[in-house]
Amino acid sequence: MGRTGSLMSPWIERQAAFIDHAVRAMGRRRAHQIGLWLVYTLLVFLLASVMLFAHALRHEARLLLRDAPELVVQRLEGGRHALLSAAHLESLRAIRGVGQIVPRLWGYYYDPISRANYTLMTPHDDPPPPGRMIIGAGIARVRGLAVGDLFSLKGGDGKSHALTVHGTFSSASELISSDLILMHEADLRPLLSIPEGWYTDLALTVAQPREVAKVAEKVMQRLPEARPILRAELLRTYHALFDWREGILLTLLSVVLLAFVILVWDKASGLGAEERREIGILKAIGWQTGEVLAMKLWEGAILSLSAFLVGYVLAYLHIFVAPAPLLEAMLKGWAVLYPAFVLPPRVDGVQVLTLFFFTVFPFIAAMVIPAWKAAVTDPDAVMR
Amino acid sequence: MIELEGVRKIFNEGRSNAFAAIDGIDLAIRSGAVTLFTGPSGSGKTTLLTLIGCLARPSEGRIRLDGRPVSGLPERFLTELRRTTFGFIFQRFNLIHGLSVLENVILPAAPLGIPRQQVVRSALEILERLDLTRKADSPVAWLSGGEAQRTAMARALINRPRVLIADEPTANLDSRLAGEFLQIIADLRAEGQTVLISSHDPLVVRAPVVERVVMLRDGRIVESG
Repeated sequence: MGRTGSLMSPWIERQAAFIDHAVRAMGRRRAHQIGLWLVYTLLVFLLASVMLFAHALRHEARLLLRDAPELVVQRLEGGRHALLSAAHLESLRAIRGVGQIVPRLWGYYYDPISRANYTLMTPHDDPPPPGRMIIGAGIARVRGLAVGDLFSLKGGDGKSHALTVHGTFSSASELISSDLILMHEADLRPLLSIPEGWYTDLALTVAQPREVAKVAEKVMQRLPEARPILRAELLRTYHALFDWREGILLTLLSVVLLAFVILVWDKASGLGAEERREIGILKAIGWQTGEVLAMKLWEGAILSLSAFLVGYVLAYLHIFVAPAPLLEAMLKGWAVLYPAFVLPPRVDGVQVLTLFFFTVFPFIAAMVIPAWKAAVTDPDAVMR
Repeated sequence: MIELEGVRKIFNEGRSNAFAAIDGIDLAIRSGAVTLFTGPSGSGKTTLLTLIGCLARPSEGRIRLDGRPVSGLPERFLTELRRTTFGFIFQRFNLIHGLSVLENVILPAAPLGIPRQQVVRSALEILERLDLTRKADSPVAWLSGGEAQRTAMARALINRPRVLIADEPTANLDSRLAGEFLQIIADLRAEGQTVLISSHDPLVVRAPVVERVVMLRDGRIVESG
């Protein structure tokens, strides 16, 4: 046969022929291959779901703490939280190294209808106008509120305070803002019975981050009843919370990984008699060992890449669109109102590569190694 | 021209159960002829064909193809020779189940990098010649013995080998099909094809197309016509 008449290079023609044969070989063991593909896809789906989920949680944690103050000062009376006055604020202002001191107003409100605690807060910058409030998506959902609706809260003074919904938080921050209500200071004080000139706590900025501990020490000297909370401590608390969740996820991950190892081991434990015979025939009719392996490589690549792709896309949809119904239970208790957990899509390239490396490569190796063992045997076996 | 010089093939070499399947063969095989290797079962016919066809290496001695020594070549070169110089028709046909006749026939051409359309065209020409065109798309599992053998022959011919090797080709055929096989061999012979056959079937031994009969016993040549 001549070798003219095609625009494709012989190398591409060869690979096309190997792929063609690989696809036909898979077709011959259809039931087995479909079963393997389904298990593989399911494993990638679970692994990727857990990884995407863990990554999204970490991202949320970073989001949560990015704007947190370096130091928060609270006051205790008899071991319980007490309000701070403007006088306390002034006494702290004299401490060297302290930058800005922002008095904060916040507290909890129990809503008997939804039987949930909401967090009420007055933002220091750009609060809603008096008589209006911005609510978390969880509250909006539970109480059926939309922008422009009136929402009545019972204050510490025993009166009802009707506020108009000015806006809701975006779903991007729902994990932390689901049960949050922002309002003007004039609305919050009567609701929480905080007198004028008193605050829930104080947020301090420290010019030199290295001096935070020293500043906290000075705060304690000036206000013995104060309780300074460092951002580092907050970080540790959140990390402990995230690590705990991640620990459970990793347990799940290890079970999934174990199942995958068993699957790969099963595949690697040997070829069927028919496959071995086929490799012997290919060798006898003039296929090189490398060509048999190339064909097997394509077979493994087609199966594992398609399973990886489908599994990963399903995991992406599961986590970021569905939203995470299989992992939802892991989130319950995060906020008082369960968030409608649609995480903003976050994909970590390193994680994708890690998952790819630990699933696709072992699988292809598990397919190629037994084929290689069969292909290096003498081809005269088929004559016997 | 294929030349064998002091060729021995010892199985289980160095062990207590070692035995010489081929035990010192000197032979020159002319190109363009039909040569038959015959002898009783276990006489070494198939082993000799595997050595000539570069499916295995001799334990001792030399095999030369057109004056070029091939017996000591690395596996890679032996494989290259197998696909360019030799075409094999195995006793049990060794077709790949689940593939069609055409797919089986084009398999030896897959590593050559020849455009598929071209390979398929050549395969269809061969199938037409072997009266298998209507079976081209049939799975090989559905073929009769004669059709399976002609498929194996088509596969052996796809790369246009200089030497066609057939191991016990009529073992699974009745007399009529054996006769048809010999007719195809006669046609190929007329075109100058070198054919090596191993058989102890009297029908083949007495066939007019066979020009030379080499009789083996216990791995040695006992008679060479």
